[in-house]
Amino acid sequence: MESILRLGQSTVSVFSGLGRAVIMLMSALLHVPNFKKGYPLLVKQLYAVGSLSLIIIVVSGGFIGMVLALQGYTILVDYGAEASLGPMVALSLLRELGPVVAALLFAGRAGSSLTAEIGLMKATEQLSSMEMMAVDPLRRVIAPRFWAGFIAMPLLAAIFSMVGILGAHLVGVDWLGVDSGTFWSMMQSQVEFGKDIMNGMIKSVVFAFVVTWIAVYKGYDCEPTSEGISRATTSTVVQSSLLVLGLDFVLTALMFAR
Amino acid sequence: MTDILVDIKNMTFKREERTIYENINISIPKGKVTAIMGPSGIGKTTLLRLIGGQLKPQSGDILFDGQNIPTLSRSRLYDVRKRMSMLFQSGALFSEMNVFDNIAFPIREHTQLTDDIIEKMVLMKLQAVGLRGAKDLKPSELSGGMARRAALARSIALDPELIMYDEPFAGQDPISMGVIVRLIKSLNEALGLTSIVVSHDVTEVMSIADYIYIIAEQKVIGQGTAQEIRNQTSGLVNQFVQGEADGPVPFHFPAKGLKEELLKVTK
Repeated sequence: MESILRLGQSTVSVFSGLGRAVIMLMSALLHVPNFKKGYPLLVKQLYAVGSLSLIIIVVSGGFIGMVLALQGYTILVDYGAEASLGPMVALSLLRELGPVVAALLFAGRAGSSLTAEIGLMKATEQLSSMEMMAVDPLRRVIAPRFWAGFIAMPLLAAIFSMVGILGAHLVGVDWLGVDSGTFWSMMQSQVEFGKDIMNGMIKSVVFAFVVTWIAVYKGYDCEPTSEGISRATTSTVVQSSLLVLGLDFVLTALMFAR
Repeated sequence: MTDILVDIKNMTFKREERTIYENINISIPKGKVTAIMGPSGIGKTTLLRLIGGQLKPQSGDILFDGQNIPTLSRSRLYDVRKRMSMLFQSGALFSEMNVFDNIAFPIREHTQLTDDIIEKMVLMKLQAVGLRGAKDLKPSELSGGMARRAALARSIALDPELIMYDEPFAGQDPISMGVIVRLIKSLNEALGLTSIVVSHDVTEVMSIADYIYIIAEQKVIGQGTAQEIRNQTSGLVNQFVQGEADGPVPFHFPAKGLKEELLKVTK
């Protein structure tokens, strides 16, 4: 009986949380935008969540591309297929690793920071004082951060894939001796814009929506104490990462399964 | 034309199962300093949030200039909030902005004034609280008293009709406390504001309040001018005003008998 009660309570809690998250997002986004006031806020947040995440994205993308090339080469060379290194690396990055790893890194770097920032604003009554000044915190604080994450993450995923391919070129061509012309021409012939690049972009747009939504909601809904902010930040990273991985499987099945 | 700006009528507010206010009636006259006093934890800040529309009561009316706050739509509530202001206990300054931008924030949000005029307005507000020289400092660089004064300058930025002070003297040294007491009184007189001061600092509040409500046990237990409050015979009011540790408000949190508990420990 006790376990049924707990199951019921946690189910209600999950759905009420989901309801609050939907209402928060609708209230933040569904209004006539004021470009004059909103644009500088968006640019500031794009810098905070986008530009400041560039280093981790570029470094990770570079190393992942290099590792892919090294591992791929050692396998392909046994079959005399090292010429396929270019398409193998490009397809891996564009279809999967770019969107997924960039989303995971984004959740850890920018998502946690968004949650902590909004949570701290709540704990120090900055959101309440904004409300009392007749300024809606959902529009002033939540909306620019959400849009910034939604715009920045697909761009970061594209940069991740691009740097990864350059890293793979460095290892595969400059170090292991794969022919440069073959590397690029095979990649060009095997990678399709619609199927590979666009599907990868669609994935990163979906991940951007989910990760940023979770990050801003967790901050806005957190208990306004140090423990509450800490729990919300952890929860942002854990829930975003799990959702990204789960959604990746669903999207891959829809896009690429035959 | 009524002389009452905020009129709370038969208001009941509960937080989950706990009743905070039961059928409470409070009237805040225009142009006066009204103090709400009472022991910690009885919901004084909650009362300000109810007036500001951040919380909704279970029953009763909260009228601000004739408009019933709990029944207003979101957009009407935001319009009404432009006419009121609140000084939070923590100051609640925006940590990412300096003092100048904090005070300019409500002006930039609600007016189309040019930067030149905004700068002049902000400098005048800062001059009023004595912080013109601190305009470039970040909130983290201010002392507690300075932060409270900067927040006060922000709350009067748009010349509101009502200003609500939440524990303005809490944690202040005697100099800062004296400065804030004088500021509340002088701003009220100079700008013709209506002020609600929520506090449990009896001496300071009594020195500036035109009318005082003392709240305890979910209701108003005493009201009147400072002199009338001092002359009250109610045990609860006297205990609060005299600062006595024990009385109708018990010193001990409800617990089992001491002997019983100690014997249990030795077993």
